[in-house]
Amino acid sequence: MAGTITGNKGLQQEEALIFEQNSPGRSGVDLPAPDAVASRLGDAARTAPIGLPGLSEPQVVRHYLRISQKNYAIDAGMYPLGSCTMKHNPRLNEKMARLPGFADIHPLQPESTVQGALALINECARWLTTLTGMPGVAMSPAAGAHGELTGLMTIRAALEDQGGPRKRVLVPESAHGTNPASAHMCGYTVEAIPADETGRVDLAALKDRIDDDVAAIMITNPNTCGLFEGDMKNMSDAIHAAGGYVYCDGANFNAIVGRVRPGDLGIDSMHLNLHKTFSTPHGGGGPGAGPVALSEALVPYAPLPYVVAGEDGFHLVEHADNADGKPYGRMKGFHGQFGVFVRALAYMMSMGADGLRQASGDAVLNANYLLAALEDDLSLPYPGPCMHEVLFDDHFLKDTGVTTLDFAKAMIDEGVHPMTMYFPLVVHGALLMEPTETESKAALDGFVRMIKGLASEAKAGNTELFSEAPRHTPRRRLDETTAARSPVLRWRPGPD
Amino acid sequence: MRFLPLSDADRAEMLAAIGVPAIEDLYKDVPEGLHLAGPVDLPFHAGELGVGRDLAALAARNLDGGSAPFFVGGGVYRHHVPAAVDHLIQRGEFLTAYTPYQPEVSQGTLQALFEFQTQVALITGMDVANASLYDGSTGCAEAAMMACRVTRRSRVVLSGSLHPHYREVTETNARFLDLRIDALSPNPSAPEDLAAHLDEETACIVVQNPDFFGRVRELSALASACHDAGALLIVVVNEIVSLGALKSPGDMGADIVAAEGQSLGNAMGFGGPHVGLFAVKGRFVRQMPGRLAGQTVDVDGNRGWVLTLSTREQHIRREKATSNICTNSGLCALAFSVHLTMLGEAGFTRLAELNHAAAVKLAERLGALDGVEIVNDTFFNEFTLRLGRPAAAVVEAMAGHGVLGGVPVSRLLPGEAALENLLVVAATETNTEAEMDKLADALGGAL
Repeated sequence: MAGTITGNKGLQQEEALIFEQNSPGRSGVDLPAPDAVASRLGDAARTAPIGLPGLSEPQVVRHYLRISQKNYAIDAGMYPLGSCTMKHNPRLNEKMARLPGFADIHPLQPESTVQGALALINECARWLTTLTGMPGVAMSPAAGAHGELTGLMTIRAALEDQGGPRKRVLVPESAHGTNPASAHMCGYTVEAIPADETGRVDLAALKDRIDDDVAAIMITNPNTCGLFEGDMKNMSDAIHAAGGYVYCDGANFNAIVGRVRPGDLGIDSMHLNLHKTFSTPHGGGGPGAGPVALSEALVPYAPLPYVVAGEDGFHLVEHADNADGKPYGRMKGFHGQFGVFVRALAYMMSMGADGLRQASGDAVLNANYLLAALEDDLSLPYPGPCMHEVLFDDHFLKDTGVTTLDFAKAMIDEGVHPMTMYFPLVVHGALLMEPTETESKAALDGFVRMIKGLASEAKAGNTELFSEAPRHTPRRRLDETTAARSPVLRWRPGPD
Repeated sequence: MRFLPLSDADRAEMLAAIGVPAIEDLYKDVPEGLHLAGPVDLPFHAGELGVGRDLAALAARNLDGGSAPFFVGGGVYRHHVPAAVDHLIQRGEFLTAYTPYQPEVSQGTLQALFEFQTQVALITGMDVANASLYDGSTGCAEAAMMACRVTRRSRVVLSGSLHPHYREVTETNARFLDLRIDALSPNPSAPEDLAAHLDEETACIVVQNPDFFGRVRELSALASACHDAGALLIVVVNEIVSLGALKSPGDMGADIVAAEGQSLGNAMGFGGPHVGLFAVKGRFVRQMPGRLAGQTVDVDGNRGWVLTLSTREQHIRREKATSNICTNSGLCALAFSVHLTMLGEAGFTRLAELNHAAAVKLAERLGALDGVEIVNDTFFNEFTLRLGRPAAAVVEAMAGHGVLGGVPVSRLLPGEAALENLLVVAATETNTEAEMDKLADALGGAL
């Protein structure tokens, strides 16, 4: 393909690293000269330069604008990443989080000066406990995995208080990788539970493994195959009878918000990804927030800090000495991801009880619409109806010479972010699609036409369309093997 | 409902295509009685005007930093963030993108992370930095656990001047593992002989610089003592702006740096979300927690970036991963990086000088008050006062006069008589001389 002199392609501009645009001494911020004072830095004062580049404000603005244009985003189009709930991020959320009364307050100001902030945390907690049907929620975890760890630690603290922590945690094969990693960080050994032929936890196998050494089962419901675990209550009853607890990975809560309360399923602890279900932006990797809803049995062990309402206003319980229960510790500095709480509450208030219920219904409807439209073109390992995401496997690509990865890269050329691939691990070459309630029927119909077209190209043997993809992106397929074998993890000055 | 594009006609058409009469029929796997018949007991949907009004009313019940002379620090600092920073991070392409697992459509995020990692490595004086952790406190715990993996030892020594929340988070993370945390007692009045606590079981010493009381230290001798004993030195930084004026942890021999990056680009936001900076010596890179962006080329030979060394991570290694972290602080890291790019070397070092100068002037003013003693020998932009009465009551009294005058040590370390009268006060480039006068007046009046 003929290139351009610059390497630019019209609106798509090549952009050097900030370190390659250095004008020594330049700054994009005008600061006054400091008054001369006698240094109090002792013998720790810096003596060598740092090596940061100098750029002016217009250079900085162009730099970040240009590189931003090399990103796909939910603002740009459908982002059907299964398990990730890439839904619209309302801008009211952002505006509210930036009110000075929320953004410009310090976590260690006197309580009397932050009553509105404490009221907001309390209100956010009220919505979450009502939606989960669980009596308490630990607000401080920073993200989903952090919430998993918090939930498991709460369970472990309760078990220790009752005599012993036990040794094992049972985790389905289809679970997110964070589940076994969190259990390990809580000092437990992880035992995998197989799935049955319907893609759900094998209840008999689970019951076989439950004994008085099992601390907890970690179940994702709806599960990562996009299916509701109809036996959830039976699983909960079985582990409760053996003296253990139920942890639920709440990553897929978007399917059941306002329709099914986890508390009614016997769940003791479940994290809520506010950056998925409750519309706060994913920001290219974070931040999120992972509050953990807790059952009556676990509430006394919740970590510090938490907010309590008194007659004279709200108070923060920051130390075990002031706590009613037996908090096992602290997961994070200060009081949790407050800015994310503001955004999530703005979303929940906007949607209301009626809108949240409609949203989960629409999310499930959209996924089932994709299932119905594509089941003859792709291959469906488990029959529907599905919940908010639909799982296909790569059987339809058999003998085509096209892999799930190739298929995904061809979707990129068509202007859509691929679905989640090769997860869950329980099916071969998984394609996990989660459209969310954000997509219109027209967007889904366009997506279906595109997927059908690609599937027929693959079956027709047009392998180049896939192996060469993507061809219309700022960069084409990148060499990940070399990146890992000889890691270059930072810029360094060249020899010149 | 403005976020939902489907019309009732769309829904009817889609249900017909699926072959079920109603959305409720798609929930047939939910057992009888567990599917709620109607909405839960919460308010119904509301427009922007109503939601905005209700939330603004809550915000108005807080005393924000722009409305009061403000001298609160203790791990979160009030700095000026240039207007361009927030504008750039709110571009939808950054704000609403997922983790950059598909590199061909994520080069913007990946290039920004590669630049972020380089900036963090430069200011900390380390070889490699990751793409961020949740915050400084969780980074501190991750660093301690990583040191135990690297050294195959199980004892962690925490300086008594480590931020108390960082200590608590580290203790909590170690509580259910076979790790022993020895936290020394806080004593702002005397030097701490950390090296004396090294033994053959010690995996690391964790020391904060500037410390919780504001003191700054040269740590080279401590680093050497750690290395002689086969242990690692972990340096925690709460106030990242200090690195514009202080020797970097790497220059002093640190093996791991766990820092809070909030001061650059990020609002105080009542304590979060913030951004954990995590940097190590090169030989430890494969033991690091968190994501890493790395440079490579595409099939046409053009330079590009990918997430790399992911065999350390939970989505590949599951229970054998170096950490369970998945979601990090991507957008906060971007804000940090944009702010630091705007500052550059000249701006960053000058910002540090301005902070130090403000603190020196404030210390002179407050130290001249009757009943106030400056505890610190050294400091950067924060220092500790010993007052003639309990600091918590003094802070409350000052707040009653609209002055946010610092952090009483007892807020974080309650029940210790020796610490009850201590007040930690921070000054930054945002503070005017007039505000310092108001603080001095309020403090004098409250004593």
